[in-house]
Amino acid sequence: MTCCCEKTESALEKLARLEPEKTAQLNAFIDTLPIGKDIESNRAHLIIALHQAQGIFGYLPSEVQQLIAERLKLTRSEIYGVISFYSYFTDKPIGRFKINVCCGTACFVKGANLVVEQFSRELNIKEGETSADGRFFLGVLRCVGACSLAPVVMVNERVYGNVTPAMVSQIIADCKD
Amino acid sequence: MVNLKINNNPVSVPEGTTILEAAAKLGLKIPTLCHINWDCFHVEHRSGSCRICVVEVTGKPNLAPACCTPVAEGMDVHTNTMRAIQARRTVLELLLSNHPKDCLVCTKNQNCNLQSLASEFNIQTIRYEGEQTKLAVDDNGAAIRRDMSKCIMCRRCETACNVVQTVGVLSGVNRGFNATVAPQNFLPLDQTACVFCGQCVLACPVGALTEISYKDEVWQALNDPSKTVIVQTAPAVRVAIGEKFDMQPGEISTGKLVAALRRLGFAKVFDTDWSADLTIMEEATELFGRIKSGKNLPLLTSCCPGWVNFLEHQFPDQLHMPSTAKSPQQMFGAIAKSYYADLIGVDPSDLVVVSIMPCLAKKYEAGRPEFAPNGVRDVDYVLSTRELASMIKEAGVMFNSLPDEDYDDPLGESSGASVIFGASGGVLEAALRTAADWILNAQPDGSIAYFEDAADSPIDFVAVRGLEGIKEATVKIGDLELKAAVVSGLGNARKLLEKIRSGESQYHAIEIMACPGGCINGGGQPYSFCSCGGSDVLEARKNAVYRADEGKAIRKSHLNPSIIKIYKDFLGHPNSELAHKLLHTHYCAKK
Repeated sequence: MTCCCEKTESALEKLARLEPEKTAQLNAFIDTLPIGKDIESNRAHLIIALHQAQGIFGYLPSEVQQLIAERLKLTRSEIYGVISFYSYFTDKPIGRFKINVCCGTACFVKGANLVVEQFSRELNIKEGETSADGRFFLGVLRCVGACSLAPVVMVNERVYGNVTPAMVSQIIADCKD
Repeated sequence: MVNLKINNNPVSVPEGTTILEAAAKLGLKIPTLCHINWDCFHVEHRSGSCRICVVEVTGKPNLAPACCTPVAEGMDVHTNTMRAIQARRTVLELLLSNHPKDCLVCTKNQNCNLQSLASEFNIQTIRYEGEQTKLAVDDNGAAIRRDMSKCIMCRRCETACNVVQTVGVLSGVNRGFNATVAPQNFLPLDQTACVFCGQCVLACPVGALTEISYKDEVWQALNDPSKTVIVQTAPAVRVAIGEKFDMQPGEISTGKLVAALRRLGFAKVFDTDWSADLTIMEEATELFGRIKSGKNLPLLTSCCPGWVNFLEHQFPDQLHMPSTAKSPQQMFGAIAKSYYADLIGVDPSDLVVVSIMPCLAKKYEAGRPEFAPNGVRDVDYVLSTRELASMIKEAGVMFNSLPDEDYDDPLGESSGASVIFGASGGVLEAALRTAADWILNAQPDGSIAYFEDAADSPIDFVAVRGLEGIKEATVKIGDLELKAAVVSGLGNARKLLEKIRSGESQYHAIEIMACPGGCINGGGQPYSFCSCGGSDVLEARKNAVYRADEGKAIRKSHLNPSIIKIYKDFLGHPNSELAHKLLHTHYCAKK
């Protein structure tokens, strides 16, 4: 008689098999957090754990979400709620060069939307997408705290200030693998 | 006490009371939509997100949401100023502007809080137009249908799922206009840890969360001359279905229910109460054995499929604890497709078993592969109490004027012990009635006098009754001090299971029901908290369950003549090899 018992590889087993080093790295980081029984206080560590995980894996696939959920004793749905709320976090693989245009108030009034449009045209991707070759991701951020340089574009850790649409092709050309 | 005025009427209320509650004391109902108070379970959802309940507080520049604004000394509240009325209407119009407004073809038609408000506010035009949320419908599973285009983001379902049940499947996701409530990564519910208890369905004020319906399949079967269609009705259905026909909550309508099912065309109308008595025989035998050996205690009940799902997902290391007895629904199905099919000379694949259940998890349970030997399901279709009421209306059967009719033999006779399965505490009480007789009638050779009554044995175990989430009792039977616990609501179950796992608490027997209050508050029952009454309705249903028990001549499962007969004619004795094959199951870890 068949039943629900058929054993399949669990999501966490799959993660540990496919990405043993990254999984170990994330587990080691979570080990340093003071995780306890109190869910309220564990909740306070969620953002930093997600931040680290995205740094390690590049994005937050559902297996990584599950690992964090189990370690922090939170539910998977709650973690997905947080990931989907913040535009910084993504559950899909994204390009190696993360082009983020600040669209905070100051940048926006100084024409950040035109910069986004120019990137979109030149890379042939929409906001939130990754180019087919896996090189470029185009995103927008709220204020990055550099309003005096508005509009601001960040490519990975590098900051460009006073960006105009005309500068876009040079910024793309600066991205060298 | 805090003194304030509402619409110029003075009122004194304890500190911490909300304006909404203070107004209710004066007989004023401030309209609400996102707010829900499960008072008998001590959970209140006060998200304050819909703003339908805004009122004017003198001296405050902004309108205050009555559901989550605490009263203050000297407060001067006006609930029906033009400004408050206009604000409420605007809020409602904005909600309606992003709502499909397909009321005529919505399952929640006439049971929808949004629709009622639109009618109460006499909304005739919606001044706002614009983009509408369009999200795919999730109807992949067997039990719950999610149509989030209808969601108004009250987030009651999240509180039901995460706070009341601690199942943790639903969460607010995305932001701004794209915000919705969804499981992780928008997975279909049947790929999550959802237990299908349906408490989210009961909480939903609109048609975003409803059941997966099998009415059409049942009509098809009833109209197929090659099929013999029989039906079983769960204990809690008879004390709730009357509400759908304007009867008072708690009116027992067993006889009309049977008559209505006959009018719909079912060949035989049987009772899940009968198989509840059978469940007790199997489960009490297990309890008796475990107490005697002192091994593998406590015994957990296993009748509730929502609870079984919860155990398999959340406590996969504790699968040895529940009784291996199948639920009454599945026991009925297994007997119907073997013993009964043989008896009437019908091939099991031509016998259609329909269940009427107060439950949505039963829909899932009936589809579990282990309950379909040789690919033939023991229970073919499960209808909720609400779906049956709708079928009765569709067929034009005048429920209220039907005569009271009796269940058919041989799977229709039941004891009072079985009807109390419908309320939290009932399964344990039923098991205790039987186990007590077996313990008191101890046989010198250690065997059980299965079908004997014991003189002066206890019948009413009132300590385990009531809507309270966790109940404990120590029952003295002969020399044995039996420690028992009764839990309803999965949040309470989690608390107790963690104590058992850590060894902090020790019991002989524990009853667990997924829905707070038990099956009377099952996910398939008529809406109570969403429409009116709430805890009063549940209290009335619960009292009806115990009235039905008291009205029975036989109140112990092992004295039910039909049960005695099936063991004599077919099963042999409880826990026999055949009983194990047909009436027992096992549990699977789901991670």
